[in-house]
Order: sequence, then C-alpha cells, then structure tokens
Amino acid sequence: MKSQEPVISLRGATASLGSRPVLRGLDLTVERGEVVALLGPNGSGKSTTVRAVIGQIPVTSGTLELFGKPLARFRDWRRVGYVPQRSTAASGVPATVREVVSSGRLARARLRPLNRADKEAVNAAMRLVGMESRAGDSVNALSGGQHQRVLIARALAGEPDVLIMDEPLAGVDLASQQVLADALAEQTRNGTSVLLVLHELGPLAPLIDRAVVLHEGRVERVDHPERLHDLACHPHDTNEADPASKIETGLLS
Amino acid sequence: MTEMLGYEFMQRALLAALVVGIAAPAVGIYLVQRRQALMGDGIGHVALTGVALGFLLSTSPVWMAVLVASLGAMGMELIRWYGKTRGDLALALLFYGGMAGGVMIINLAPNGSNANLVTYLFGSITTVSQPDLINIVCLSAAVLLVCVGLRRQLFAICQDEEFARVTGLPVRLLNLLLAVTAAVTVTVSMRVVGLLLVSALMVIPVATAQQATRGFATTLGLSVLFGVLVTLSGTTLSYHADVPPGASIVLIAIGLFVVVTVLATPLARRRAKRAAADGGTGTLEEEYTPVRA
Repeated sequence: MKSQEPVISLRGATASLGSRPVLRGLDLTVERGEVVALLGPNGSGKSTTVRAVIGQIPVTSGTLELFGKPLARFRDWRRVGYVPQRSTAASGVPATVREVVSSGRLARARLRPLNRADKEAVNAAMRLVGMESRAGDSVNALSGGQHQRVLIARALAGEPDVLIMDEPLAGVDLASQQVLADALAEQTRNGTSVLLVLHELGPLAPLIDRAVVLHEGRVERVDHPERLHDLACHPHDTNEADPASKIETGLLS
Repeated sequence: MTEMLGYEFMQRALLAALVVGIAAPAVGIYLVQRRQALMGDGIGHVALTGVALGFLLSTSPVWMAVLVASLGAMGMELIRWYGKTRGDLALALLFYGGMAGGVMIINLAPNGSNANLVTYLFGSITTVSQPDLINIVCLSAAVLLVCVGLRRQLFAICQDEEFARVTGLPVRLLNLLLAVTAAVTVTVSMRVVGLLLVSALMVIPVATAQQATRGFATTLGLSVLFGVLVTLSGTTLSYHADVPPGASIVLIAIGLFVVVTVLATPLARRRAKRAAADGGTGTLEEEYTPVRA
C-alpha cells in the first residue's frame, strides 16, 4: 500500500561533514500529513539532517527512504519542495520575484517551457505568501522576511507533497512569520507534510505535530509541542538570562 | 557609411560582429550570474591549443579550437564539481597549460610561428571569409537556441544550484551543456575580438545592463542589445579610424558601461529608497490578505 509509506524515513543514519561525524545514528520518520520540527543547539545536526534527506549530503550508514523508496532509487523529486537557509548574498544578475518563484515550477515542467497552468501555479504560490504585488520587483530589493517568503513560494510552485525547510524563520520579521504560518497552515490542511528546522517554534507552534530535539547527531527526545507550549508560543517572552527554562526543555540553547 | 557597406569584406565583418554581439552576452549572463565571469577568459587560453593543433594537423583551426575549448570547458566544470578546495589552482594549471601548449604546438607545425596565433589572439574580423561566416552564423544560432530555449533551466542552475538539484533537473548535464556552449561562443568570437578579449564581450554588456534592470529576462535582452551596439560601432570605428576592431569593441563596451553606470546611479538610489520604504516597515497590510479556510 503506497499511501501507507512514510514520507521520510531515516534509520540509524550517519553522515559526516569532511572528517567530522555530524549524524551519529539518527532515527526520524515523517508520516503523511505530519508537520515535524527539528530543534536543538547549533551543531546538533539539524541542517545536516535536512541536507541528507534531500540527497545533498551522503548518508554513510543506515537507511534513508523518501516515499518508501531508498534515496538512490528515488526519482520523483517534484514531490519534494525544498526551502534552503536564506543566504544574504545578493545574486550576480538581478532577478524578479516571479522569475525566482518560476524556477521552482521546473520540478514539474523540467526541460519544457512553462505553459499556462504552470504560470497559474506560480501566481498561486506568490499569492499564498502575499508576494504577488511584488512579482516584478528585484529580489535584491526585498527585506529578509520578504525574501524568505519568495523562497517558500518557489518551493510551493512545484505543488510538492512534502516541504523541507531549513530555518524558515531565521532573520524574518514577526509580520512575515505570521504570513508564513498562515501559508503553511493552508498547505498542511491540503495534506502536505512538512519537515522543518527551527530555533524557536514561534507562530508555527500550533501547526507542529511533533518536535524532535537533536543533540550531537542523535535524537535526544521527541515531544508533542503542547508540552513545550509555554516556551514555544512565547519565545520572545523568554528571559534569555533565565537558565532554568532552557534546561527544562533544552529548546532554545 | 554606404562606402563601407560597398566592400564585401566589410559586409562579412559587420555580419560576424552582429552575430557575435548577440551570442556572447547571451552566454555570458549565466557565467556572470554564477560568478564565473572569468571563465570565458580561461576557455580562451585553452582554445589557443586547439588553434595551434589545427595548424599542426592541417585541419581547420576554428573547428579544432571548438573541440579543444569544449573539452577544456568540460574539464573546468568537472574541477568545479570535484575539486572543492584547490579548484582555483587546478584552473590555473588548465589556463596556462592551454596557453603554453598553443605556443609550443604552433612552433612544431611546419612553417608555424607565433605570428600565426596573432590573428586569433587579437582577432581579425576583416579577414572573415564566406565559409568562416557560415560557421560563425551556424554556431551562434546553436548557442542562442540553448541560451534562450533553456533560459529558465539555466537560470535555475546558475541562481541556486542546490535547489535546482532538488527539483530533479539534470543539473550536471545542463552544466556541461552550458560549458560547451560557452566554449563554442569563445571560439566563434575569437575571429571578431580575439581570444584575449573574448571574455570582455561576454561579461561587460551584462555588467552594463544589470545597472539598469530589475529582472533576469530584461537583463538578457538589454545585454544582447548592448553587445550588438558595441560590436557594430567598434567594427565601424575600426574601418573609419583604421584602428584594431577587437580593441575598439572592448573600449567602446567599457565606455558604455561607465555612461550607463553614471546614468543609472540616481535611478538605483531612488529605487533603493523606495524599497527601503516598502520593506523596512513590513507593509503587511497592503500586500497581504490572510488566508482563512
């Protein structure tokens, strides 16, 4: 039964960056329609996990399956929408919001030109993140939060079944965070699965089914976000100087 | 003007200039986007070995240059994939090996000397023959077909290669195709501006266009327009003032860059001000209506 297969399944995965082992036997499953957040301190392997899942860092032992297929045999990349960590470097040649979002549609269009349906999907993706009115603007002229919204629209343009996002809230103003939360809520209602790396749950907290806390390349604990509710929903209220709350959940360190 | 157009060699020269003025920036924009603006220069060095091999083997220097430059460009692409840390040194070896190989091989060829290389190093647009012109037009058409037909795909791999890989695009194949296309462009352009100045024609019109544009497609169009403008005016100038065409084209291109930069500065400042006003305050209300189920 194809529909019973988990979207992402990592078992005993190890991976290294250079000679430094980063993942040391990681188990992680994302079921259909599930929203899973990866949390943990810097260097715990969150980004490496995400980049291993999208096939950009090799898993040296253990198994990695996407939609029930081992990564080596997985070809259905249009089902995967990837949102990389936003880079602050401006690109060499200017590009408009529409051009960047359209490149995400290549997951479906591949080598053929974009047709009308493709262009409508691009418009819908821009609309979903509230960037349609900026379609003709250069991405270099956007704020950090707007830029992040463009990257998410780019992933959504391919109408993926799973969204994989690396720190989508990093450097994003509160207003844009709420836009992203609403856009994600809309996606998950339609059955899209999500795996995302977060430093803090912020306005995304109500969407998250499971929070997986990593520590030194292993899963330290798995929590239902309601148990993390106080911290998760009010990250900005958390007193940085109060070590007790950090130790309690291991979330914000 | 009409006197100039009366000469067949000038007709051929202007046609070659036109075609190269279109093709060179059309490829160059992808190299600039990927911050490999000097790749054309490297390919030009390697192409010299091809030219010399053509003399040595008594075959067409142009086609031999296409072959060797393509192999060199694919080599550079492979170095970019695999040689993460010492990639720049490997490229240096390839560049200077190509240049030295050309000089060495040409002197092994019967009656060969460095003088044979000069027309290729600095261009000699007025000696373009009818068969040369056919080659130039056909190869440029192929280059344009790739650069315009696959612009979204090439844009995607040059803008964010990792993302492009995750979309399932054949990124390695497209990268190799782009490398070969760049190599073909370099060899096509070498008759017009010369191998040492080819890269200028691929890069400067793009750098000029992006001073005044907001999008990739408009930058592509404008840089082709600038490319044609400088190659035609440079060739015309060289006829009237009796100066070398390659150098005229490149100096005019640089002059145009300066002019556009000066003119575009107030424009960019105004645009930045507007963007800051838009973006800094996070004007959520005017551009976003919340999605409610």
